[in-house]
Amino acid sequence: MKVSIYRYNPDTDREPSMKEYEVDTQGKDLMVLDVLNLVKEQDPSMAYRRSCREGVCGSDGMNINGKNGLACITPLSEVAPGVKEGKKPLVLRPLPGLPVIRDLVVDMTMFYNQYEKVQPYLQNDTPAPAIERLQTPEDRAKLDGLYECILCACCSTSCPSFWWNPEKFLGPAALLQSYRFLADSRDEATEERLSRLDDPFSLFRCHGIMNCVSVCPKGLNPTRAIGHIRSMLLERGV
Amino acid sequence: MVTSVTSLGRNGLYDWLIQRVSAVVIAVYVIGMLGFLIAQPDLDYGTWSAFMGSVPMQIANTLLLFSVAAHTWIGLWSVTTDYLTSLTFGKAATSVRLVVQMAIALLLLVYLLWGLLMIWGGA
Repeated sequence: MKVSIYRYNPDTDREPSMKEYEVDTQGKDLMVLDVLNLVKEQDPSMAYRRSCREGVCGSDGMNINGKNGLACITPLSEVAPGVKEGKKPLVLRPLPGLPVIRDLVVDMTMFYNQYEKVQPYLQNDTPAPAIERLQTPEDRAKLDGLYECILCACCSTSCPSFWWNPEKFLGPAALLQSYRFLADSRDEATEERLSRLDDPFSLFRCHGIMNCVSVCPKGLNPTRAIGHIRSMLLERGV
Repeated sequence: MVTSVTSLGRNGLYDWLIQRVSAVVIAVYVIGMLGFLIAQPDLDYGTWSAFMGSVPMQIANTLLLFSVAAHTWIGLWSVTTDYLTSLTFGKAATSVRLVVQMAIALLLLVYLLWGLLMIWGGA
């Protein structure tokens, strides 16, 4: 099958280009990461990130035939019709909207900066009890669909609002985490958290186009979380 | 927290709410106007003039005017802050954005005043 990969080495290349490779998958429905490993054997200069190879670490987020996803858990048969059979090329590009360090490796600083802004940790100033802070099963259930995020950046880098304002709009990943702590019965900083989201950019740049939902490899729904935060702001504001 | 001097309410929630409320006003007006036009297949100037000159329609038109102005401002403000940025215009971005935003604001203000004159200027 044909594989077309975005190549860019800022030390030697004037501009990025797409390089074609021919890979023998023996008709198997390999994961995209397996194909990348085969390409790496042919051309060791090609750079990409990967670690756990089972969709847990979030390292190998990339743009696969136009859609962001994790290479390690995306089988060729799910990329696009005809890719597995070799009728269509597999096209791999770095996550859109972030600066490229080299080939498929992007600089995630802007993404992490936004994550840091939502203060993604439990804030509670009451003295800790002898055992852990307890939570009812109902309150714990509110965190389902929020805590599972692995910060792979597939969602934020598929969001046009994040492309245009990566320093002002927090992006779906950070907002999902923001709601994870707003929804936590043990967290006491709700008011401070909400007051930091009330401007026209941080949260309200979300226009609900749901690209984030369609690409999330963990099946999470940042748009719904953003809607919940908006409702909390509305309740607080009117 | 991002401070934004030129957004309408300088607050995301406020802008978001105005955008929704003004959209409802515009939608209700359009549906009502379509209803009137369908119910009046032989519309002549006299009927139209009497209809638009009635106090309920003067109020409805004023509401529509303010809704369109606010809705347009919030929408175009979003568009300018999305596309007229340093990504597209480099160092000139702030000047370009400011000039375009002021032009839009001025145009909307003219429309608003002109519209009010038409609605309430009377004959």
